[in-house]
Amino acid sequence: MSYLEHSVKSVPTGLRKVLFLNWPLVLLISAVAGAGFLMLYSVAGGGYSPWAEPQMKRFALGLVLMIGVGMVPIWMWRNLAGLAYGISVILLIGVEFFGAVGMGAQRWIDLGVIRLQPSELTKITLVMFLAAYYDWLPAKKTSRPLWVLLPVLVIIVPTMLVLRQPDLGTSILLLAAGGGLMFLAGVHWAYFATVIAAGAGLVTAVFQSRGTPWQMLKDYQFRRIDTFIDPSSDPLGAGYHITQSKIALGSGGWTGRGFMQGTQSRLNFLPEKHTDFIFTTLAEEFGFIGGISLLALYALIIIFCIVSAILNKDRFASLLTLGIALNFFLFFSVNMSMVMGLAPVVGVPLPLVSYGGSAMLVLLLAFGLVQSAHIHRPR
Amino acid sequence: MRRSRAESDSNHTVLSRRAALLGGAQLLFMGGLAARMRYLQVDQADQFRLLAEENRINIRLIPPIRGEIFDRNGMQLAQNVPSYRIVMVREDAGEPEEVLLRVARLINLTPEKTQSALDELKRAQRFLPVTIAEDVSWDAVSAVSVNAPALPGVSPEVGSTRVYPRGSDFAHVVGRVGRVSQKDLDALEDPDAVLRIPRFQIGKINVEAREEARLRGVAGTKQVEVNATGRVMRELERREGKAGAALQLTIDAKLQNYVQARLMGESAAVVIMDCEKGDLLANSSAPSYDPNLFIGGISSKDYDPLLTDKYRPLVNKTVQGAYPPGSTFKMMTAMAAIEAGIIGPDDTVHCPGHLEIGGRRFHCWKRSGHGWVDLETSLKRSCDVYYYDLALKVGIEKISAMSNRFGLGLRHDLALSSVNSGLTPTKAWKRDNRGADWVIGDTVNASIGQGFMLASPLQLAVMTARLATGREVTPRLIKSVNGIEEPIKGNGALDMTENNLRKMRRSMYAVVNDRRGTAYRSRIIAKDMRMAGKTGTSQVRSVVVNNNEVPWEQRDHALFVGFAPYDDPKYAVAVLVEHGGGGSKAAAPIARDVMLQALYDGEPPVEAYPSGDRSRIRNQQRRLRDVQPDARIKTSKDQA
Repeated sequence: MSYLEHSVKSVPTGLRKVLFLNWPLVLLISAVAGAGFLMLYSVAGGGYSPWAEPQMKRFALGLVLMIGVGMVPIWMWRNLAGLAYGISVILLIGVEFFGAVGMGAQRWIDLGVIRLQPSELTKITLVMFLAAYYDWLPAKKTSRPLWVLLPVLVIIVPTMLVLRQPDLGTSILLLAAGGGLMFLAGVHWAYFATVIAAGAGLVTAVFQSRGTPWQMLKDYQFRRIDTFIDPSSDPLGAGYHITQSKIALGSGGWTGRGFMQGTQSRLNFLPEKHTDFIFTTLAEEFGFIGGISLLALYALIIIFCIVSAILNKDRFASLLTLGIALNFFLFFSVNMSMVMGLAPVVGVPLPLVSYGGSAMLVLLLAFGLVQSAHIHRPR
Repeated sequence: MRRSRAESDSNHTVLSRRAALLGGAQLLFMGGLAARMRYLQVDQADQFRLLAEENRINIRLIPPIRGEIFDRNGMQLAQNVPSYRIVMVREDAGEPEEVLLRVARLINLTPEKTQSALDELKRAQRFLPVTIAEDVSWDAVSAVSVNAPALPGVSPEVGSTRVYPRGSDFAHVVGRVGRVSQKDLDALEDPDAVLRIPRFQIGKINVEAREEARLRGVAGTKQVEVNATGRVMRELERREGKAGAALQLTIDAKLQNYVQARLMGESAAVVIMDCEKGDLLANSSAPSYDPNLFIGGISSKDYDPLLTDKYRPLVNKTVQGAYPPGSTFKMMTAMAAIEAGIIGPDDTVHCPGHLEIGGRRFHCWKRSGHGWVDLETSLKRSCDVYYYDLALKVGIEKISAMSNRFGLGLRHDLALSSVNSGLTPTKAWKRDNRGADWVIGDTVNASIGQGFMLASPLQLAVMTARLATGREVTPRLIKSVNGIEEPIKGNGALDMTENNLRKMRRSMYAVVNDRRGTAYRSRIIAKDMRMAGKTGTSQVRSVVVNNNEVPWEQRDHALFVGFAPYDDPKYAVAVLVEHGGGGSKAAAPIARDVMLQALYDGEPPVEAYPSGDRSRIRNQQRRLRDVQPDARIKTSKDQA
């Protein structure tokens, strides 16, 4: 007997919808954000400014937004998917021309009221559009070459635009999320096998060509790849950060050094301690127990999303929920792998925890969609 | 879109299955993350806690050894010598200010230097060592070592600094290094981390700057574990850097030394070039300056005179200067005309002392005229009217095009700073740059290397080498890198009529060796060493002046270009004496002296000189023998 059959037989209306929110998910999200506030308070040396307070305000705003988005029927969001995707691609092109350069890359577009990072928005709109596409496409056609090519183009266009900013990290994540959605929609195994094999072949060929007369990349490009894959070959840049990050993390031990007692982050050994490397601070101060707890919260969020998606008979809602969960997973797992020295250093923040308004708002918006899918599921 | 219930259900089954699969994979990955976390925080915790609490890992850059520079015979032109300095790491010092004051007392550091060291300490990254005293004595080094316990974070280091053993001889070729400035950093898109080492030296001008990439090498790094007081406990990992490449120049240091000595007291430039490979054997600009003064930062006491001197010692006149080539350009006008078939080498033109064009009268330098002259006579006696006539017939476009083929008006790619491209004017150039139409008088002026026409001494040497060989000789300054010979550029045939070239060389021979030639007094007597060439006197002002009666700045430039031996050209030479007066008087004797020095690879026998000159030459040779480079930085101030 499923959890569904116990609930109401009809879709709730009006303010009654609030009762049908996926409340466990709301609580989990708040718990993760709460851990974020704690860490931002700590890295500021025990102060609400400059990071914790604005982050809290933004989270409150984001929570209201999430519930607001959740109230809107899911079919309305489906109808808006194409428009949303189109707008975000236009914004990405806009960044090319009007974008402000921050941290060495063009990522921001200034809309006057807020500074928008279109690549953040694209993470969601791409998933929305693909979900709508597979909802519309008859299942028989899912694996036909032409109908596979179309979503591939839909993924490639924003990926290339983000790559030009240049933001390699986000473009890889877009590619992975898009590919994941195609997999979920039931595109035949053989396509994925082929792409993975071809990709592996290409990478091998490029690397094999090194030092031969028909070398495919310039020497300095190879050197950049070297540093990317093995940061310790650049011990003053990325390698230094990873070494320090590992020391800070490892020195936390089982229970950590205590709240606001982490020497490594305190003594400025860590770079970007309020954004990309915030997990290191958490792990140093709260130890293995703290780190594993956060990981468990993340895992629960993913599990709740997957369960909600499987129980949802609406194809668009289900795909959208899974896509957003996948996106969320990719972000925190890449960030954690990076600070633990398992992945190259790419500028990917820890979702809901790292300081940053644009990312947090977009993420809460996305969870709003998950809520909408949950509330308006067919019963 | 409506779907049947059954289809929708089967779709959902596929979706659920894949969702479960992907979800499983995600959970598996998270399990991996948890395992990694456990490994770092539980299994390795002790080690990391030790590293965090008692030790710190520091990364130190090992500056690469800068490549040395040699002349063509292996004589050192730029070398690295060890120098001792005291360095300090801020994060290890505890109380940086107090520790610094202690060091200052110990090694007698002046208050200004202490203050600047303190400023630098505050600016630098906390883990980077900062030099607080440079070029210190052994005593200071041992004093710091003995007192190490009281001086946390302070340590003596041996480094290396650049020294130019040939002093002022090579300032205009090798150039110099200096500290990295903010401007240097801003100019680079992705500056090498090594540049951030305080007081790191990079090339500032000439070969040192232009060959920076090859000379610098690659920095090594060492990861060291240091304890709380900054003492290095052990080295964890060392990555060796790569030393910079050793450069060998084409310059002959002995010849360069002679030329600089010969130019003493003048504001002049000399280029000697190998006719076969294009090797620059000497590239001298006088007066020069001692580049060693600049290395640690030059004092204004030393710098101001260099800036204000009217002989401009900081300017490399061989490549940076662009001068009207004067009569040395006449070969180009003649080549353009005879190659175009407008006139034969033996055809004659009448010179009545002037040429009337459009109501304006253009004078020959000799007001009484030269009578009927052919190519040889006109060149030998430097008749102007002959060239006015040729230029009017062939036109400026062809003259400019011809001079471009001989290397004028274009930038030669040499590892020197601010290489000037000179100017070979065309009608289009004047329209675009001066906003005026080309007039016939411009062609007349250009035909004798005046007016808009500009060339550097280097370009004139290239022109002469190309005339001498008929090949596209291209100048080369770097002979080899790490023992591997650099390629010789260009050197293909110029594709000129051989007979015309032969006539041209014959005429240049007459300029020097014919009794009535303008450079007869500067001829070489030795039979197999005879020189051919051309004098030039280029006007600085548009009115003819008597050079002895006007101030230095208004006198004419003296020029000479030549090659020798005439029968089998080995070297080409170009001499420019700024405001030196006449080319035959001021420039040709220098050219002859330096050419003989090159031909005999050292001091020539006096028998190579005309017998009347020999006693004077003997005196001159004695005076110039082994003049040490820096004894001769003699500038306009000394003369006044």
